[in-house]
Amino acid sequence: MKNKVNIKNQLIQNNTYIIFLGLFLMCSLLSGNFLTAMNIRNIALQQAGPICVVLGMLFVILTGGIDLSVGSVMALGSATASYLIVSKDMHFTSAILITLVIGLCAGVITGTLVAYANFQGFVASLAMMTVARGAALMITKGSPIKMDTNTLATLVKKDFGYPILLIVAGLIIAFCLIQKFTAYGRIVIALGSNIKAVELAGIRVKIYLVSVYAISGMLAALGGVFIAARASTGSGTIGTGQELDAIAACVIGGASLAGGKGEVFKGVIGALVLALISNIMNLMAVPAYPQDIIKGIIIVIAVLLQIVTDKAEMTV
Amino acid sequence: MQEIKYCLEMRNITKHFGGVKALTDVSVKVEPQEIHALIGENGAGKSTLMKVLSGAYKKDSGEILIDGKVVNITNPKEAKDLGIAIIYQEFMLAPDLTVAENIYIDQLAVGKGLINWKELRQKAKEQLSRLGFDDIAPTAKVGDLSVAYQQVVEICKNLTRNAKVLVLDEPTAVLTFSEIKKLFEILRKLRDDGVSIIYISHRLEELFELSNHITVLKDGGYVGTVETGSIDKSKLVTMMVGREMSQMFPSRNAKIGEEVLRVEHLNAGSMVQDVSFSVRSGEILGFSGLVGAGRTETMRAIFGDGKITSGKVIYFGKEVCFKNPKEAIANGFGMLPENRKEQGLLLRQSIRMNTTLTVLFSKITRFDVINHGKEKEYARDLLAGMSTKYGNLDDKADSLSGGNQQKIALAKWIAADCKCIVFDEPTRGVDVGAKTEIYKIINDLAEQGVGVIMISSEMPEIIGMCDRVIVMRQGRVTGEFQNEDINENSMIKSAMGV
Repeated sequence: MKNKVNIKNQLIQNNTYIIFLGLFLMCSLLSGNFLTAMNIRNIALQQAGPICVVLGMLFVILTGGIDLSVGSVMALGSATASYLIVSKDMHFTSAILITLVIGLCAGVITGTLVAYANFQGFVASLAMMTVARGAALMITKGSPIKMDTNTLATLVKKDFGYPILLIVAGLIIAFCLIQKFTAYGRIVIALGSNIKAVELAGIRVKIYLVSVYAISGMLAALGGVFIAARASTGSGTIGTGQELDAIAACVIGGASLAGGKGEVFKGVIGALVLALISNIMNLMAVPAYPQDIIKGIIIVIAVLLQIVTDKAEMTV
Repeated sequence: MQEIKYCLEMRNITKHFGGVKALTDVSVKVEPQEIHALIGENGAGKSTLMKVLSGAYKKDSGEILIDGKVVNITNPKEAKDLGIAIIYQEFMLAPDLTVAENIYIDQLAVGKGLINWKELRQKAKEQLSRLGFDDIAPTAKVGDLSVAYQQVVEICKNLTRNAKVLVLDEPTAVLTFSEIKKLFEILRKLRDDGVSIIYISHRLEELFELSNHITVLKDGGYVGTVETGSIDKSKLVTMMVGREMSQMFPSRNAKIGEEVLRVEHLNAGSMVQDVSFSVRSGEILGFSGLVGAGRTETMRAIFGDGKITSGKVIYFGKEVCFKNPKEAIANGFGMLPENRKEQGLLLRQSIRMNTTLTVLFSKITRFDVINHGKEKEYARDLLAGMSTKYGNLDDKADSLSGGNQQKIALAKWIAADCKCIVFDEPTRGVDVGAKTEIYKIINDLAEQGVGVIMISSEMPEIIGMCDRVIVMRQGRVTGEFQNEDINENSMIKSAMGV
């Protein structure tokens, strides 16, 4: 009796994985081109950037906030890195470091507005979204910046073992561990549950609030760098709508926008669910506009499943 | 058929949650025109029973009869249509709408496209004056009203739906002394008008003052129904918990020592004016007064969660001014907040996370890494020492009953090894059995030499627990009592400024 309940609970709680596996199976059946090494590698390389963004977004969402600026900060990252490499003749590693610092600063500003000036995360990041986009377009002067293939593109080369995949894998593992094993991860999730209770328990909540936005900004800039690396081109126009995809990924992964609930790895799986949907439709040559509609419908279905889960948890 | 006709009968209600029996064969019979009290410790099944009545939960077996006819309630709307209205502790009001709009929220423009505002206000006014509240303006915003008035609006709202059975769940928990008196008047009036009332409360005095019958539940089972006049308090408590009332306040053997905290002429906003007091180690200092007297604000200011405008705080002989709760806790000064749902607990997080929140850095982690094994052991020991009942340390805090939730909220302060601690309404919404256990925990702290400050609006608790009592009124200290001078009469006089 007890075991049965447990298995049922497990299934309900892990429905993100079930959705993903189901979708994966379906894709494999729908198109012979899906389950090929090249296609899987493409998905992985393509999703490296968006997954970075999801990691940052998830922590922000855990605190009960939201970061709308990530798409624009990605563009800012892409633009800054390529500008430094091409116009300042910088080595790509130092260019990346500077870019990360800029992303971090963008996040610190958003976070400071949220924590110290009592802005809602939505509003503060909306402002940063506009600012970062403008800055990205100013840096690129509105046109793409083409880089040499032996600079940033090194990150996506097979000879070096696809460094961006290693970086992303490392980040995913690190974030999973942070969430599960550190006081930091613990406090982030606590903030989203009841920030006043956490403050009254003697924790400096504001610093933590700033930090999640800072991390989100930095990871968004890194995501932008990854995208620039793949195309070997910097651009101020990438990342539009990426914030919404990242939020959708978190939600598909079971995160609650009210905060206090969500898991790193499930968020990553959520991002992959979205990736599979566009990939299979591309393989099946579904045109772009219907793709968006289908994607929207699938998000709704995934979230409906989550809501059913929540209800089941409550009454079990 | 039976001789007495009941207007509401719940027969042999049983309800399971998974493998847990929440209700077993519980029966309640409510006569027309009576106030029927429902009492039992937290977790006894009162709320579950009422949720079955309201259609929020589906019963496994048993039947519900209204005016002798079996009814089948499967959702809240059906219950409403049958004339069952439930007023929960959290009001279902829209704070930004007016009183009139709230009262008629579900019938604003039935059948018509437009709202007849004049008629609406007129009708709302009639409803309010029927209860004797001509001073509530139908056009006032509900959010601007006092809690007591909001409750009146909530009652009015339910009455307009022709409620035959009105259920009130702990209605007085948030009310002041005089507001409670007024509420009782309303309830008696309603009863005489033909409404049957089910009244849930932990405050025994209220039940004796108000009710005709009392039904006692315990651990999801039915203990019995008694006529209120035929029983006294201690017998009732025995029915509830199976133990005598005299054991409610456990004895304490604490040595009162050096002064721990002295506050001189403290000012903090309009709620704290020229407050001075001191507390010694091993002493329990009570803070009495009406809700809103500035007791919480005083302590919050000292705790670093409010601005001190002037005055001195001397802590272990040194003048201090804690910038934030973190600094206060680092110095061994803790404070259990008054409202566990809003300020005390992370309801949606695990019991263990709640228990160790204050000592996360000092006891559980090393270089920011959580030692899960050590944490579990620590939490388990701590909670066992407080006889907390829970299933699994990783269960969410809101899966527990109120009393056990409060113990979890307390646990993190016990963990913090405070040298001076403020308990703000430590037993609010907690059943009699858990209350005694919480008193014991507080006594233990005093015996260990902690200076304890206890804010409470419950007189018996202050009288039963405190060595010394400060009474506040409108932000000022209006009285200080010791030993045999601590009695209800003198404290109420100071609290009300008589």
